[in-house]
Amino acid sequence: MRVKCPYCGDRDVHEFVYRGDAAPVRPAADAGEAAFADYVYLRDNPAGPIAEHWYHAQGCRNWLVVERDTRSHAIAAVRLAREAAR
Amino acid sequence: MSRLAAGGLIDRSQPLRFRFDGRDYGGFAGDTLASALIANDVRLVGRSFKYHRPRGLLTAGAEEPNALVTLRAGARAEPNSRATTIELYDGLEAKSQNRWPSLGFDLMAVNGLMSPLFVAGFYYKTFMWPAALWEKLYEPLIRRAAGLGALSGAPDPDHYDKAHGFCDLLVIGAGPAGLAAALAAGRAGARVFLLEQENELGGRLLSERHEIDGRPGHLWAREVADELSALPEVTILRRTTAFGVYDDRSYGAIERVADHLAEPLPGQPRQRLWKIVAKRTILAAGAIERPILFGGNDRPGVMMASAVQSYVNRFAAVPGRRIALFTTSDSGWQVAADLRAAGVEVAALIDPREGAAPMALPDVPLFAGGTVTSTHGRILRSIGVRAAGGRVTRIAADVLAMAGGWNPAMGIGCNLGSRPIWSEAIHSFVLKAPPPGMALAGAAAGRFSLAETIGDGLREGMAAAADMGHEGHAPPMPRTSDDKAGVAAPWHVPGGRGKAFVDFQHDVTDSDIALSVREGFRSVEHLKRYTTLGMATDQGKTSQVNAHALLAMYSGKAIVEAGTVLSRPPYLPVAIGAFAGHHRDADFRPVRLTAGHGWAVEQGARFVDAGQWKRAQWFARPGETGWLETVSREARAVRSGVGLCDVSTLGKIELSGADAGVLLDRLYINNFSTLKVGRARYGVMLREDGIVMDDGTTTRLAEDRYFLTTTTANAARVMQHIDYCRQILWPELDVQAVSVTEQWAQYAVAGPLSRRLLQYLLPDLDLSNEAFPFMAAAETRWRGVPMRIFRLSFSGELAYELGVPAAYGDALVRALMEAGRPLDATPYGTEALGVLRIEKGHAAGNELNGQTTAADLGFGGMMSTKKDYIGRVMAARPGLTDPDRPVLIGIRPVDRVSRLAGGAHLLPTGVPDIAAHDEGHVTSVAFSPMMDGWIGLALLRRGRERIGEHVRAVDLLRGTDVEVEICSPVFVDPEGVRLRG
Repeated sequence: MRVKCPYCGDRDVHEFVYRGDAAPVRPAADAGEAAFADYVYLRDNPAGPIAEHWYHAQGCRNWLVVERDTRSHAIAAVRLAREAAR
Repeated sequence: MSRLAAGGLIDRSQPLRFRFDGRDYGGFAGDTLASALIANDVRLVGRSFKYHRPRGLLTAGAEEPNALVTLRAGARAEPNSRATTIELYDGLEAKSQNRWPSLGFDLMAVNGLMSPLFVAGFYYKTFMWPAALWEKLYEPLIRRAAGLGALSGAPDPDHYDKAHGFCDLLVIGAGPAGLAAALAAGRAGARVFLLEQENELGGRLLSERHEIDGRPGHLWAREVADELSALPEVTILRRTTAFGVYDDRSYGAIERVADHLAEPLPGQPRQRLWKIVAKRTILAAGAIERPILFGGNDRPGVMMASAVQSYVNRFAAVPGRRIALFTTSDSGWQVAADLRAAGVEVAALIDPREGAAPMALPDVPLFAGGTVTSTHGRILRSIGVRAAGGRVTRIAADVLAMAGGWNPAMGIGCNLGSRPIWSEAIHSFVLKAPPPGMALAGAAAGRFSLAETIGDGLREGMAAAADMGHEGHAPPMPRTSDDKAGVAAPWHVPGGRGKAFVDFQHDVTDSDIALSVREGFRSVEHLKRYTTLGMATDQGKTSQVNAHALLAMYSGKAIVEAGTVLSRPPYLPVAIGAFAGHHRDADFRPVRLTAGHGWAVEQGARFVDAGQWKRAQWFARPGETGWLETVSREARAVRSGVGLCDVSTLGKIELSGADAGVLLDRLYINNFSTLKVGRARYGVMLREDGIVMDDGTTTRLAEDRYFLTTTTANAARVMQHIDYCRQILWPELDVQAVSVTEQWAQYAVAGPLSRRLLQYLLPDLDLSNEAFPFMAAAETRWRGVPMRIFRLSFSGELAYELGVPAAYGDALVRALMEAGRPLDATPYGTEALGVLRIEKGHAAGNELNGQTTAADLGFGGMMSTKKDYIGRVMAARPGLTDPDRPVLIGIRPVDRVSRLAGGAHLLPTGVPDIAAHDEGHVTSVAFSPMMDGWIGLALLRRGRERIGEHVRAVDLLRGTDVEVEICSPVFVDPEGVRLRG
């Protein structure tokens, strides 16, 4: 598998660390325990496109948002997480 | 000798000697072991897996199921090597397998008599018997009786290489289609990788007598190969098999660099594992001929027609004196014509297809509409033939060549999950939806005639090159000789005499498949598991399609409904050594050495692995009787004098930016934005689920610059976590982070005399308590080099840590030793470090075990209530604040002389040793020179309320049961007087 790092270019997947679903957003400090429990534990497991967080550990050390299809591993887009957050 | 007097592509000027099963034979350069055995009239080459039936060569290629031999001897012995793909070299030594005492007389052949027991599902049915019998009796018996070659058991003396390739176009297979594709794309200027599993390029052209532009096909192949070799952007990898297709156009291939030699040349790898990333791929792997299913089809002497053709045309080795052909394909007729051209007698040509006559064969007895119903002889002597009218005759023949049609070799094309579909046009499966970037050409695409094959290659090669922006003129289409490709569906002769084998290597017959269907295992996937069909080392290359045709027939379905299975990598067996490559023994993983490693070696250090790091464990001195004596001396030296310890392996991270303090406040349970410049503070960070992640000290070097340390084990993880926080959670913060673990060497100088030692080294620095108190930090220079001084203590003594750029680490530790000579400064290792921290009750890896909260470890008071930080909310959950949780305490044996064991469980006195009474466990133990006895840290339920109570430390693995007293985890200097001295 190859990941097109926006900073480093087309690289082998072994350079990256996978984290998981990019959708959960850290709740506000006063959101309460239930909101944090959802944030920490609840994940969708779609068969299809999903945006995920990957870390270019053996490269530029950027966190990336990778849009991947879980059925085919086809990657539709890769963005720097810092930019995706804006 | 059955070598033709002339012809073939062998080099008769280079005779070679080889040895098979202890006998000496001769062959020529260009032979395979299989062709040389045929030329020497060796017709029995192996025994089958289950029934130990005698077997001869079936094929001439990588799909060979029968002729598995052990190649070479000693540590280089390689079991299960296919004789058909072993290039002959002088001095080659090979042995047959799975027979005892000899190939000719195999006692295990008795299994054949018990064949009714070994039917489909045998293993599963046997599992129904008492389990104890299975483990003790059946499994060892089966394992001895069934099987393949044995490994040598000796370390592999050769090395294996890895390589990465990137290209516009990967062409898999250098037959006519692959050569044409590579030529078209190569001339257009594309970067091409051409892979061929053999040394010789040409594929079928080497074995057939077809002509291209009026000359033998193999000459055309050689010309194309020569031109390709001269093109700068074309790489030809010979003896290389593509074994797998992976995501995003990545391919795995194995290059057998030195397998054709007795041993690799000096410096040469035995094999090379390729990872190839190809924008486009053309799969031109050809096709595999399928056997015909009839009783006795596994008798030595029954071979594939294409194999007979290959042995005769390419190797000038004739497998028999009188050869009969049983063919349902036009290609079988061509083989008969080739045999006649070579002067070999053709006993009969039997073609069940009514009226098929693709060519004239004037002096061959034809049985149109006939079938072969039986075979006879220990090694084939005659066959029974039923003519179209029903009359059965016996025909003398020592070889029966089967031509049952062709299955495209598209195996790796299915690796990503694309399912082949049945084609009525070619009566086989074809791949209609290859993986992204891949096209099929020639026989692999189900287009078998030579003209179609070359046409395919040229067209696909041009298309791929054009896709990559390389335009060119297509090479002209050459003229080829007539090549008919008519074929019937997979053919089964019911009711013949003897077993009709489908999977030769795993001994699966037509009746096994019928049984599987009767017993309800009717999907292709169930059939495979139930009968083990296609699960041998040949992965069913000759059996899969026939089996699925039978399955369809027995279950009353059309084969298009029954479907076929997908193949997974590897296409051929690949040695594990090739995947390991150079990563074995000492090079298994990278080794990280600290700057002071050489110094530690000189000091007699023994090292321990801490992740990839080598850390000094202790420094034994002459006369010391064991590690405990050494470690106790080192620990005592720190408590009473001064010791030196390399702490460079701790993770080090620099944070800078206006918001660095804000980020730290969110990372740690305690505050860092309030830390004064020039001061350090201990901190604990949690995971978002409220469990402790790591701990360490953080120093504020400037208003906007912090230096934090992590545990050795968590260095990478914490770096990743910090990057996650500043890039994803709070990208608005102005803060940069960089790992400087390898940039700084750091040494702890610990003990009551540490200040004096430092004063020798840095006479101008005021290290008094007033000027440089506990937790002070400063940046200075030493011999003109930047130096950081921290007054930190892991040991609980007056102590400092000194950091210098890694290049000066060695110089610093030597200078420290020199300055410390009058004070008897003592190097100490990780064991003494452990003793000292256990005496002080400091938590380390054993306590930060991924299950403990800050409160469990006694850091509850550090948890800020005035700010948000990672893990704050979840750490407040009832389960993590339960007063019944195990918490950190100290333990000592009640009798003061017993030894403690880490991992022991804590149970009340007077209860049975069962899990229901488990109250916690011992995390760390040490012999404490200060306490003159064993001490330990433990996690014990409600431990802090139970100081003084006695419990038992029970270790059922080591068989120990020690009564211990619960005490404070701080054994030495609980008031911290020494620390601040």
